[in-house]
Amino acid sequence: MAIRYLEQLLASFIGTAAFGVLFQVPRRTLVQCGLVGTAGWLLNFGLLGQSVDAAIATWASAFLVALLAHGMAIRFKVPVTVFIVSGIIPLVPGGLAYDAMRKIVQNDYEAAVQLGAKAFMLSGAIAIGLVFSEVVLQIAKRARHGSAA
Amino acid sequence: MEHSTEMSGAVIQVCLLAGKIMLENGGETYRVEDTMTRIAASFGIPNAQSFVTPTGILFGIEGPASAAQLVRISQRSTDLSKVALVNEISRRISQGELTVTEAYGQLAAAGRAKPVYPLVWQVAAAAIASGCFLLMFQGRLADVPAAMVAGGTGYYAGAAAGRMLSIKFFAELLASFVVGLISYLAVRGGFGRDLDLIMIGSVMPLVPGLLITNAVRDLMAGHLVSGMSKGAEALLAAFAIGAGVALVLSLD
Repeated sequence: MAIRYLEQLLASFIGTAAFGVLFQVPRRTLVQCGLVGTAGWLLNFGLLGQSVDAAIATWASAFLVALLAHGMAIRFKVPVTVFIVSGIIPLVPGGLAYDAMRKIVQNDYEAAVQLGAKAFMLSGAIAIGLVFSEVVLQIAKRARHGSAA
Repeated sequence: MEHSTEMSGAVIQVCLLAGKIMLENGGETYRVEDTMTRIAASFGIPNAQSFVTPTGILFGIEGPASAAQLVRISQRSTDLSKVALVNEISRRISQGELTVTEAYGQLAAAGRAKPVYPLVWQVAAAAIASGCFLLMFQGRLADVPAAMVAGGTGYYAGAAAGRMLSIKFFAELLASFVVGLISYLAVRGGFGRDLDLIMIGSVMPLVPGLLITNAVRDLMAGHLVSGMSKGAEALLAAFAIGAGVALVLSLD
């Protein structure tokens, strides 16, 4: 079990950092991109292992990714997208979309629509996770300004 | 502060250049608008108006020396380093560290800068990412080489096609077709076992992650036009990738 988590940790760190290269992120932020992606993926992986619903696991992971990304963006003074983009890539339901495509090729449209709808749900979960982090951030900002005033 | 028409013209040029570089390299629409109005305000023009869509920027200033200009964005790519660089320059302008001429010079240099990672690096990164994602999707270690070759070659094919043709859709379709074909041949030739997982892993570098992120962030910021069109672009990309994979699967 520990070995599997270690494998996932390494794979997600290297994989998301490699995605940072694809998105041409600044060199000094490459390692941090990998860390954000690893955190998001390990949470997702762990939750799925606890048989939590995939949509909720994806939502929570996207939320975590976005929160960490905002923190990093403030710390390293770069646009927050730098950290978000590579972090959410592992959460993208590529497997489901692939299976849906496969069913379409086999003329099994009913199954394809089901899989497609599920993939769509997970994409929505990513979006809602990103929205939530923004909401939390705005509330935090307002609270800080409120106490200062 | 007194402003001549000439001065405000120069400021508009700086703002437009900053906006253009950001937009062409994958900055969010709201960030582009925010940056341009901020730069204008730092140079003493408080009432700048901007309207940004993924394909063009309209920027104008109010007051006695009012003026407006339009810039068309025809090329869009992904280079977040440049977005970060312009962000940095804009921050220095806000702190009053740069004059209008200096700012323009620095922005022009940022726009001309070569990508941080050349294509070779990107292809290597695509290959590495493919292998890693295969493992993350519970693939076996023995399939990693096949996924790396498929992912790297597919990414290169997409980039090469994108340079030759200006039809992004076709480049993505070709890229995913190459990924599928190599995965298929690898499994046929005994270099890989699980075709599905190899394909899923090596198609990941083609996923339009930046578009998805920006679409969501733009919609949240109230930029409905940009958000919807970026969402549509992302869907189109996903459709192209799916079609490329489907083409290979239907050969089977």
